Parts: sequence; C-alpha cells; structure tokens
Amino acid sequence: MTSSKPILQITHLSKSFGGIKALDDVQLTLHRGEVLALMGENGAGKSTLMKILMGLEKADAGEILFEGEPLKNRDVKDTLKKGISMIHQELLVVPELSVADNIFLGRETTRWLPGWINNEDIYQKTETLLGTLGVAIDPRMKMKYLSVAEMQMVEIAKAISNNARIIIMDEPTSALSDKEVASLFRMIKDLKTQGVAIIYISHKMEEIAQIADTITVLRDGQYIATKPAAELDRNALITLMVGRQIDLLFPVAIGKQEEVLLSVRHLTQPGKFSDVSFDLHAGEVLGLAGLMGAGRTEVARAIFGLDPLAGGEVFVKGLPVTIRSPQDAIRYGIGYVSEDRKALGCIPGMSVQHTLTLASLKHYAQWGFIEARSEEGAAELMVSELRIKTASLQQGVMQLIGGNQQKVVIGKVLLARPDIIILDEPTRGIDIGAKHEIYKLIRQLTERGIAVLMISSELPEITGLCDRVLVLSQGRQTALLDRSEATQEKIMAHAVHQQR
Amino acid sequence: MKQTLTTLYRQTGSSYRKRVQGMGTFGILLAFVVICLALALSTPRFMTVSNLTIIVTQVSINALLAFGVTFVIITGGIDLSLGSMVAVTGVVAALFAHPDTYPLIVPLMMALGAGFLMGGFNGLVITRSKVPPFIVTLGTMTIGRGLALILSKGRPVSNLSDTFNFIGGGQVFGVPFPIIILIVVFVLCSLLLRKTIWGRYMYAVGGNEQAARASGIPIAKIKMLVYILSGLLAALAGIVLTSRITTGQPNAGQGFELDAIAAAIIGGTSTSGGSGTMTGTLIGALLIGVISNGLDLLNVTSYYQQVVMGVIIIGAVVLDGLNRKK
Repeated sequence: MTSSKPILQITHLSKSFGGIKALDDVQLTLHRGEVLALMGENGAGKSTLMKILMGLEKADAGEILFEGEPLKNRDVKDTLKKGISMIHQELLVVPELSVADNIFLGRETTRWLPGWINNEDIYQKTETLLGTLGVAIDPRMKMKYLSVAEMQMVEIAKAISNNARIIIMDEPTSALSDKEVASLFRMIKDLKTQGVAIIYISHKMEEIAQIADTITVLRDGQYIATKPAAELDRNALITLMVGRQIDLLFPVAIGKQEEVLLSVRHLTQPGKFSDVSFDLHAGEVLGLAGLMGAGRTEVARAIFGLDPLAGGEVFVKGLPVTIRSPQDAIRYGIGYVSEDRKALGCIPGMSVQHTLTLASLKHYAQWGFIEARSEEGAAELMVSELRIKTASLQQGVMQLIGGNQQKVVIGKVLLARPDIIILDEPTRGIDIGAKHEIYKLIRQLTERGIAVLMISSELPEITGLCDRVLVLSQGRQTALLDRSEATQEKIMAHAVHQQR
Repeated sequence: MKQTLTTLYRQTGSSYRKRVQGMGTFGILLAFVVICLALALSTPRFMTVSNLTIIVTQVSINALLAFGVTFVIITGGIDLSLGSMVAVTGVVAALFAHPDTYPLIVPLMMALGAGFLMGGFNGLVITRSKVPPFIVTLGTMTIGRGLALILSKGRPVSNLSDTFNFIGGGQVFGVPFPIIILIVVFVLCSLLLRKTIWGRYMYAVGGNEQAARASGIPIAKIKMLVYILSGLLAALAGIVLTSRITTGQPNAGQGFELDAIAAAIIGGTSTSGGSGTMTGTLIGALLIGVISNGLDLLNVTSYYQQVVMGVIIIGAVVLDGLNRKK
C-alpha cells in the first residue's frame, strides 16, 4: 500500500505567532495511496500545519518536500497547481453558480471570444468527472440546491479535476449523516487505489479507526508520534494527545461555598445542545470541557441571552428568571467574556477607556450625562488592577496586543459588577505570562464569592483551575467530575463519548 | 489587589486627568480655512459681514438635516427620507400657520409631531424587520412625497402669519433667526453625542453591533432614537424653510438628503458607522455653502459647481481612507 518513496515529507517545521510557538520542529511523512489521520487537541497546531502546507502561511523554519522537490515561495494557486488540495470544514462554494461552474471556477475553458465561457465543454467534463467518482449530480444544478454531503463530493471532484495528488480533509464528516459518511469513505477508498494520498483531520475516534492507515499526533505545536492506526487503541491515542501535564502554576483553589448563584435545568437548543443542567456555587470555578462543536459556547451564549433557548429553566440565586437579551443577563448580575474578543468584545475606533466602561456606563452618568471624572476613575482603576499595559486611556483598543486586549474585555465585564462570570476561552491566543495573570485574577474573583463558569479547550487549564468539570459531547452532558477525579484522560474520554 | 477589588465592588470612581480630544476634525477645518482664505484673496465681496451672514443662513437648513443624519450614519444607518420629511413637515406647519387661527406653538408642535412620527416609522420598520435602512428610508422618501402632496392637495400652502414667518426671515440683534437656531441645535446635538450615554451607545452600535449587544446596550432603542432625532431635525428644517419662503411647498426639499449626507461625509463621518462628530458635520455643511457661494461670486456657472462639489465629496472620503491606513 505504501511505496518506499514518500510523496510528501515535512521536516523541522516551526512557526510562531507573536511570542507563541504554534509549531515547533514538526515532521510529517505521507506516501502515495495512504490515509493519514492528523490528530491533536484544539490548538495542537493541526490547522497551522495545514495552512503552511497550502501556502496560506509561511513557515519560520523547516522544509517541505513534495515528490522530492522542495516547496517554497508559493501561494495557494501554485499549491493547487502542484496537486495539493484542501476540503475545508466550512465548504467554500459559490451557491448561485452551477456545479460545473464551481468545479472549473478560475479555470474555465473559453471559445469564440476571449472570456466567452464554453459551457458545453465544462458541463461535459464535469459529467465525466462525476461519473468516474460515481456521483449522480446534474452539472447544471445550482450549488445551493445540493446537500452538504453533495457539496463535499463536488469539492472532492474539484480537487480531482485539479489533478490532486494530496487531498486534505478537515473534519469532513461534521455535517454528514451516517449514510453519507459511508459513501464518503467509499470515495476515499477509491481515491487510495488511484494513488491519491489523503490527510484526514478529525476528532471522531471511530472514523479514524475505520479509515486511517497511519496516525500522526501533535500536541502543543510539537510532533509527538506517528504510528500505524492498527497499533493504537482509543486509550493509547488519548494519552498521546493529552500527554503529560504542562508545568503551569495554578493558584490554589479554596473551593466552592454553599450558596448556589446560578442554576440551570434541562437547557435545550435544537441542533446545538439538549438537557444541560448544573448548579454554579458562589466562589467556585466550574469548568465546561468538550471538543470543538460540543456546544459549550452555545450554552454560554444562551445563558447570557445572546441566543434564544428552546427549553429549560434558569435560576439566579434561587429565583426563576427569563433572560431574553444580554441586557437582562447583566441586570441579573451575569457577565460574559466571549471567546471571540474582537467580534464580541471590542469596538473598532473606541479607546481603552470607552471600551472598559461600555457595559457599566450608567453607573457614571446622571440624567444621561456622563461624568467624565468618574468614568475615567473607573477605567484607571481597572487598568491598574488588571495591569493592562497601554500607552494611555485614550489608546485605541484594537491597537493592544492579545493579552492586554483580553484584560480590557474582562475589565469591561468586571466593571458591571457581576456575581456570576462566564469566561469563554479566556486565555486563547495570549502568552504564558498573561495567562498566569488571568488565572490569578479568576482565583481572586472567587475569593470574593463570585461564581465563575469557565469554558476552555486547554485541559491543563481545566484540571488546574476548576473545582468541578462539566463535560459536553455533541451537545449532551456526559460527565460532571469533581476536582479529585477530573484527570485529563478522563475528561477526554467523556468528551469523545459517542451517542447513538 | 484584594482590597482594590473590594473598593471596586463598593463604588467606582474618583481620579482626575484632562483628556485631549477632537483632533479628528483638524484636517477638514484646515481645508475650510484654506478655501476661505483663497476666496477672500480672489474676490473682495467674499469676506464681508453681509455675505458671510447670507452663507450661514443658507447653510442652516442643510446643517440641521446633516446633524440628524450624522446620528444615523454613526449607528451604521442612512436616512434618505430627509427631503420628503422636510416637505411633509413644512406643509403641516403651513396648514396650521395661517394668520389669526392658532397660536405659533401649534404649527411648530404639529410639524415636529409629524417629523417624530415619520422618524419613528423608519426606526420601527428598521428595528423590527431586517430590511436595510437604505431600502426602508427609500420607501419613506416616496411615501413622504405623496403625503406632502395629499396634505396640500398638490398646491403650495401660502398666507402664513407674520409670527411664523419670523422664524425663517426675522433677526435678533441683527442676527438672522435661522443662525440662532443653528447654533442652539449644534450645541445640543454635540452635547448629546459627546457627553451622554446615548451618544456613546450610538458609536458602539455603529462600530460593532454584536459587541454592543453583548455589552448590554439596547440596540433597538438606540436605533429608534437616531431615526426619531433625524425626523425631528428634518421637521425643524421644514419649519425654517417654510417660514423663509413663506409657503408650504409640497415639492420642497428634493435632493436635500444628499446634501446633508455629503456634509456629514465631508465632515469625517464614516459611512460604515462608528465615527463622526457634529463639529465635523458643521464644517462640512459650511464648506459646501462657502464653495457654492464663492463659485457664484467668481461667476462660475452652476453646472461646474456641481462637478466641483462631487470632486470634493470623493476627495474627502479618499483622504479619510488614506488617513485611516496610517
């Protein structure tokens, strides 16, 4: 199945963003007709590696050999021409164009006049192409009428028509039914026999066992291991992915108090999560763990009133409440720090001061008029409290770097004086030093009796900081673990738990 | 840190420092001064008290509309119905302003009421449906024109009382009354935008609506507010215009919305929302007035004036974009 000479060989690849090493001396070897599963937690470096391979990002160091030739100084177009294609998790299609137009987008054949598309020719070619793949789709059909699975088939057909020698598939089954998955796998097996190599990225262990020949594991941007899929069972794989605990000092927990500040019962949002129930005590950090797409952020957004709930009850300090908007949530003393601090936390053009006070502006105003001094005082207090490094209060918030910007967003939420704080990936994309300061801050908040609900994809963060851990898998809660029993392996096992 | 957090949770505030603000309008102010100097040097008739008074009086109506649309554009919206609202409110005011019928307050309140309702209608449709403001106010523009013709039965409404005509034509200590209205409204709008929570919320809504929502800002209320303000200021402009031409004209105000939007944009208001100042808009309106006045004095035909104005609008936005990149 695997010939001796690899089609792709990546060696000593490194890449940093700012101060953070996204990839550190990573290697990968791929042979013709091989399906290689690329595994790792969120943030392990899989996407960065694939982006570099596609020519979307430049590596800082290292070498990529494609059929023995080094790949350098190229953009996506060159990469596609060489025969490396990627099927993105979110399909990149033009919905208003036909199937054939999508496949030949940018490579249309012309006749009669320059720029005059030879439709018959591309319809003909598309029909032949889809026929060899065993897919029954009308080339003239508009893309928007296809199912997600069919769109994926078209994307694969597009890759083949590009003479792809390597196809990267990023979570290809995330939107497919079991039946559609089966036909995708059939297609992958066909491609293998034609000598096409496939890099398959997925979190789903069952699929990996079914389809992969080899598994390469990354963790925290580092290469961990490459093994034949047959040699790795589920537990061995989880251990490889999670690895040994990273030595990060976590502040000592003092544990939860008796009073329940927030309690939710049977929260449901169709297609996102269902039947989620938990209590959040004063002074505790409750971790919300799970894989990407498990529904963690969706639960947080629904509690905060950003998205509507289809069912379930929310109680704040024992009283039933209805939260229809973030305004309601803030009134009930709930604060939310979004995972997407640029889209949901910052307003372009606003200064650090104005961002900090935005959610609590009423506290500094009388008859609607803002008292400049008390607003400024509040902002200054937060800047010194959270050690926000900024040239001045008037500095634009978008000009701050990751960690400081995150502190501004947290400061904004704190100034509204919440009793319950939801932190969604509070340390994503910030350096270790700033991470540690945020850990300390979380502990200081809980010492004051504030309840914290923390979503994190970084397991050491969850096990190090949380008093209890709620694990979600595919929108359902699969475990509620106490600090003493919450090991990374256990959390991971519950996070990949499959429901049938 | 423990103690200070306690302080935070008890009360917030108390520290002093002055801040520097308002450098954003510097460029447009400079352009304005340069153009004024150039005109003063090229024609002696420009820099006279009477000519300058004429300019400001002529600018006042456009400036009132431009203040309103500045609020709207800051929130990321647009209001194309300004000209029609001027006509409707002007006709409404005229209908109640015949001599020896109602006291002056009645036509004023009726016109402002009409502006409030039309602005409120815009705001309501925009916040309740997901239809873009461009489309909604385009519709209101046509509806308003029709309403103005219906209310006036298609004819100009004349024979207005002297007290009413004072608003657009009278003087106080030698200063035309529209200029006084302009100054008062400018100060009020500036304060609203710069000193109140609603002004801050307008910037937030236009800058990043999702983030504003997540910060607990009542998006729909703020949008309602700006369209109502736009309607009220259009009503004020309608009153001033009707009073000045001493007739309620159902065809008045055509194309006024474009001049108002141009003033706001020349004054540095970003069409994508989130930035802009009343001072900038005022200078933008004055600049438009000064240029058309100056070109008149230099005997440039109105055909060329339109070309010049168009070039200035595009130039202002291009300069703004270059500035932003830096």
